[in-house]
Amino acid sequence: MQKYSVFSLIKNAFKDHKDWEVAWKDPTPKTEYDVIIIGGGGHGLATAYYLAKEHNITKVAIIEKGWIGGGNVGRNTTIIRSNYMHDENGLFSEFGMNLWRNMSQDLNFNVMFSPRGIINLAHSDAQMNVYSRRGNSMRLNGIDAVLLNRDEVREIIPMADFSENVRFPIFGGLMQPSAGTARHDAVAWGYARQADSMGVDIIQNCEVTGFDVSNGKILGIRTSKGEIKAKKIGLCVAGSTNILAEKLNMTLPIETHLLQACVSEPIKPILDNVVTFGAGHFYCSQSDKGEMVMGGDLDGYNSYAQRGNLPTLQHVLTEGIAMFPFLSKLKMLRTWGGIMDMSMDGSPIIDKTHIEGLYLNCGWCYGGFKATPASGWTFAHTIAQDRPHELNAGYSLNRFNTGHLIDEKGLGTKTWIS
Amino acid sequence: MLHIKCPHCGLRSQNEFSYGGDATVKRPELNKDVSDKDWDNFVYLRKSPRGKHLELWQHISGCRQWIKVERDTLTHEIFKTLKASEEA
Repeated sequence: MQKYSVFSLIKNAFKDHKDWEVAWKDPTPKTEYDVIIIGGGGHGLATAYYLAKEHNITKVAIIEKGWIGGGNVGRNTTIIRSNYMHDENGLFSEFGMNLWRNMSQDLNFNVMFSPRGIINLAHSDAQMNVYSRRGNSMRLNGIDAVLLNRDEVREIIPMADFSENVRFPIFGGLMQPSAGTARHDAVAWGYARQADSMGVDIIQNCEVTGFDVSNGKILGIRTSKGEIKAKKIGLCVAGSTNILAEKLNMTLPIETHLLQACVSEPIKPILDNVVTFGAGHFYCSQSDKGEMVMGGDLDGYNSYAQRGNLPTLQHVLTEGIAMFPFLSKLKMLRTWGGIMDMSMDGSPIIDKTHIEGLYLNCGWCYGGFKATPASGWTFAHTIAQDRPHELNAGYSLNRFNTGHLIDEKGLGTKTWIS
Repeated sequence: MLHIKCPHCGLRSQNEFSYGGDATVKRPELNKDVSDKDWDNFVYLRKSPRGKHLELWQHISGCRQWIKVERDTLTHEIFKTLKASEEA
């Protein structure tokens, strides 16, 4: 594989940039693989990369119905954080933070990781108490957390609404200074390029139409490009999980819902951090191009549409304007939607299934992007070793049956209430 | 914007309604032996199909009645609406 560096850039500049190697190949599927990963999104590509890198398993295929990075890894708001209260989520995400910090070097691809800090705003004394509890839990797990009072928040984001007579005054906030953003497309491309260079076949425009299961054991898949055999198969298909589960006669604790995001026209730098509104569901950061990147609530009913509905967007942006009044002056540049695999306790599932050789990675809700490296790393471990790593042991499929839920937000099973 | 025909009030905008989820899940009967698996099925497991989905909505800013709606989860086409007591 051609290494990307300033020297290769100069060298290729002399050849008018016509001799660059392709970043990944376009192979025809072989008849058999050791492992097949279904889903060429961030998590699937990362899983294949870590299978090759950490476990030396390179006879791997990624099967993607569309094109790699065309799903949620290209549709999110690029926020990376580990500000969770529960041990399972905190330790898992903080493990991921360490992978994020070294990702550009590890993948030889600039993912533009920008640890600019995230601030969750608090709008009441009670919310300050909740945040201080969560901050303490984070610190006990080795994650950085700072409780800010009103003046300290004003110092960082003076453009927020600090006037006296507002419905949701800013009391303070909880900040994770090491949180941030990254360029989402680069994450998918970086993992794809490295996985490809280690022998992984990335097969795009190939839809999985069925599974070959016999005596409780997985034997292979049927696809639009023919049958492919494999001893082990991992599902990494986010919002399409229920569709494939139906083909396997499985019913999962997952509902598929639509989440929208939007960007404004580009403006001069104004916001250095990621900021979330505490009296509703709205978050905002500014991209390197200057666009305000915003998102919030689910559309609120089961959906596979991959496009949003205006009432929710209007509701979300009303919250945004309550937080940052200047947003009302901006024009909207783009809005889009992605389909979320909403689990019944808000936490993901990375586990084996009752079918031998079939592994499941789903339930990421709104938080899949930041989990990309940790999810890939632990899923690769689960597949290679045929048992979960201690980092994803809590993300079991049977926790709903046994009552060991990880309900970070305390919302229960109504995933559309946010 | 969805337009939902409330069986009691007629065609209204989505803004008047609140979503209540899959209408096909059945609560285990009272005063009977119910296994953990039965509860698991009722509380957590959902088919979440791509296509026709029978779901509950409440006309919260209208007659406040719960209704059933059969809707396509891919196209958002609404095929029919029923009173909560009616079977699809």
